[in-house]
Amino acid sequence: MGRIGTIARRTFLVGSAALLGGVAFGYYKYKQPVDNPLDDDLAQGEAALTPYVLINADGVTLITPRADKGQGAYSVQAALIAEELDVELDQIKVDPGPPSAAYWNTAIADEGVPFPSTDRGMAAETMRGFMGAVIKLMGMQITGGSTTVPDGFEKLRVAGAVARETLKAAAAEVSGLSVTQLKTERGAVVLPDGKRIPYEALAAKAAEIDPVTDVTLRPSTQWRLVGKPMQRVDMVAKSTGTQAYGIDLRMEGMVHAAVRVNPRKGGEMLSFDASEAEGMRGVQKVIPVTGGVGVIADNTWRAFQAVDAIDVEWGAAPYPAEQSEHWQALVDTIEAGDADATPRDDGDVDGIAATVEAEFRAPYLAHAPLEPMNATVLVTDNRVDVWTGNQIPRMTQASVAKMTGMDLDDVHVHILMMGGSFGHRLEDEAVKRTTELAMAMKGTPVKLTYKREEDTLQDFTRPLALMRGRGAVADGKVTAMDIQVAAPSIMDSQMAERQGFPVPGPDTTITQSLWDQPYAIPNYRVTGYRAPKLGPVSSWRSVGSSQNGFFHENFLNALIHEAGADPVEERLRLMTDDSSRKVLEAVAEMSGWGGELAANKARGVAFCLSFGTPCAQIIEITNGEDGIKLDKVWVAAEVGKVVDPVNFENLVAGGVIWGLGHAINSQITYADGMAEQENFWDFEGLRNYQTPEIIVRGMENRDYVTGVGEPPVPPAAPALAEAIFRATGERPVEMPFGNAFTFV
Amino acid sequence: MKLTVNGVAHDVDVEEDMPLLWVLRDELKLDGPKYGCGVAACGACTVHVDGVAVRSCQTMVGDVDGPVTTIEGLGNPDEMHAVQAAWLKHQVAQCGYCQGGQMMQAADLLANNPNPTDADIDDAMSGNLCRCGTYPRIRDAVKTAAETLKVS
Repeated sequence: MGRIGTIARRTFLVGSAALLGGVAFGYYKYKQPVDNPLDDDLAQGEAALTPYVLINADGVTLITPRADKGQGAYSVQAALIAEELDVELDQIKVDPGPPSAAYWNTAIADEGVPFPSTDRGMAAETMRGFMGAVIKLMGMQITGGSTTVPDGFEKLRVAGAVARETLKAAAAEVSGLSVTQLKTERGAVVLPDGKRIPYEALAAKAAEIDPVTDVTLRPSTQWRLVGKPMQRVDMVAKSTGTQAYGIDLRMEGMVHAAVRVNPRKGGEMLSFDASEAEGMRGVQKVIPVTGGVGVIADNTWRAFQAVDAIDVEWGAAPYPAEQSEHWQALVDTIEAGDADATPRDDGDVDGIAATVEAEFRAPYLAHAPLEPMNATVLVTDNRVDVWTGNQIPRMTQASVAKMTGMDLDDVHVHILMMGGSFGHRLEDEAVKRTTELAMAMKGTPVKLTYKREEDTLQDFTRPLALMRGRGAVADGKVTAMDIQVAAPSIMDSQMAERQGFPVPGPDTTITQSLWDQPYAIPNYRVTGYRAPKLGPVSSWRSVGSSQNGFFHENFLNALIHEAGADPVEERLRLMTDDSSRKVLEAVAEMSGWGGELAANKARGVAFCLSFGTPCAQIIEITNGEDGIKLDKVWVAAEVGKVVDPVNFENLVAGGVIWGLGHAINSQITYADGMAEQENFWDFEGLRNYQTPEIIVRGMENRDYVTGVGEPPVPPAAPALAEAIFRATGERPVEMPFGNAFTFV
Repeated sequence: MKLTVNGVAHDVDVEEDMPLLWVLRDELKLDGPKYGCGVAACGACTVHVDGVAVRSCQTMVGDVDGPVTTIEGLGNPDEMHAVQAAWLKHQVAQCGYCQGGQMMQAADLLANNPNPTDADIDDAMSGNLCRCGTYPRIRDAVKTAAETLKVS
């Protein structure tokens, strides 16, 4: 880490630059850029500003700008580059690189376009291309939305191919041979006589020539890495306790900090008395920060102790103080009838007499990655350095530049390995607080570590949400489904309020995975209502789909039950998308759906199309004397191509566990303007003893690639809700289910 | 205050009520034990004291009365403990932040129970939280490590 950061940004980003006796394949164009981003040809015409390969005397470094939160992003990006570059994963280093507009993420906008992700027609693709161009122009380097693989699947292989062909051209010049006589393997160009020229030895020559940009990607039949089981590049370190995370950063002269910020989030600090804290051992300084106060000490624990010893008077919360008021705000929002969007309106819902009605609720949830928020910042006269685990390095760079009055180029953000995120590290409040402390400690590196309680209390949560459904059935079929959902807006809170980046139009996260499900219900309407500002909210693993998957599928299951139909068969009958049908058929086949079950066992099924990936799940539970036990889950997801089956299985199982754990165990509620939960004893996901056996199948029936970090989450809760209904006769209407049911 | 960690004797000048975790991390620069909760609710800080797994965030250093072993002392990339080798074989980790604590807990389990049943594994490992949800692989890896330890 850090080696790339020492390269002058401008040098790095212009041409394949000679540096330190090496070469960085940067800023090349493999397709001509277009002048007008609205041009119809845009989808084919986007420039790829992709500095992804660095070679110098030390070896080959692959730049993996999508942040690794544990999902294996570094490895999957490295594998895609290495596939064409002809290096093996045990030969290379990975580095996230500096924040750069070059690392824009096109795919991140796909979830926001008004076309179902299964629609690959011209209008939908043109819109995606346009949104991608906007993202590119903004240089939005962001990790999220299950986009790392779809965004990089071609781009990173092209980067590898360009670097490989340029190295071959360099080898041709050195050897006097024709490029067609040269081969590449294991990090070397191989001459016809078997002599090998390591890439490192060709770096200086490659830096002198124009990059070879006319490359053809290898067909899938020739892939060495993609689709094969891999060992992740971080796995040895993570299996031996030697992986360093942001919280482990140590620097000469570094001091340790803790903060307490008003737990009524966004409220003021009215006064504080730090006289006791100032006298405590190791305490160097007490520094007010936005909405709170920080302590600088010589040890993290001493900073924690001291900051807790400060007597603080907090101001009021800029949102309703009590949880009941938050729920009432959602009810009022729906009943006021002022829709944010009605993205689906098929048939005549108003003309149908509803025979089934329901109201479902999903609570606020904290992200709570196991590594608490932390950052290290060093402010000097002419530059600022930030070390942190973060998914939005460019926004963070801009925030810090604004706070410190530095030029953007003088703010250096170094991204470190993250101990989880689940969306928490799409925010950068911890960096801002650290920057405030570091500005008061000029010349001294300051590492701020949040106490777990601070991390939970300050979390910008998943929105709470309320759904009202009306529906009808006839002749054993679902004939009408009318869903209204109200939630506070992530776009208002996260993007507009905290990042200064208002997103125009409806907030698509409010109706995410409600309106675009591949069901041909004849009368089918989805209406979203944007609640007024409540508790601050943010993106949480699978975003709007996390609550909407539960709402949609729990209600669809209720309708199917009313119709007297089988929940798998009726879904298959309604489904309009072939790949979605296949994932549902897969879990039915894997689980032996329809077979006899023991008297105290029950099964439930659910499906959700989110982030472009159809995912179906069936869960089996035992309704025992002491409570409900989760026995087994079968899950299938369609992604076009499984890049690494080993990591895929882990991510999918983890997504199911994430979905189940929060569905039964977790909620954030407000009292007196503060979250009532603060640590893992009152906010925990699933524990080992509650975890079911999970059988995973990845499916490859499509010719485009989608991600899998988030899609396994939404179907987990509604599948479980259906199993609980079948076991107990009572349908869960509110998460966490643990409020109404006992789990063992 | 005298403290032996991974076979090395140290003399540390800290408060007796400082949690062992912060002595290890901030005084001895051993970053394998992780801070996750501070209240013994997640297990990321798990180390062995006198061969027994403890939550170092809730163990005051003044109460430590035996040698301390951290994940760094269990084994290293060149010479892995059977538990670490099993964790690598099964590619258990996602973010990996909890895994040092998980492995220390698993090593303690296997030292006392060479043939753990699924229920034994659940009992021993359920105090160690994994937010990524790697529990199925943790179970598999514990079983693999048990087999390895029986053979060796």
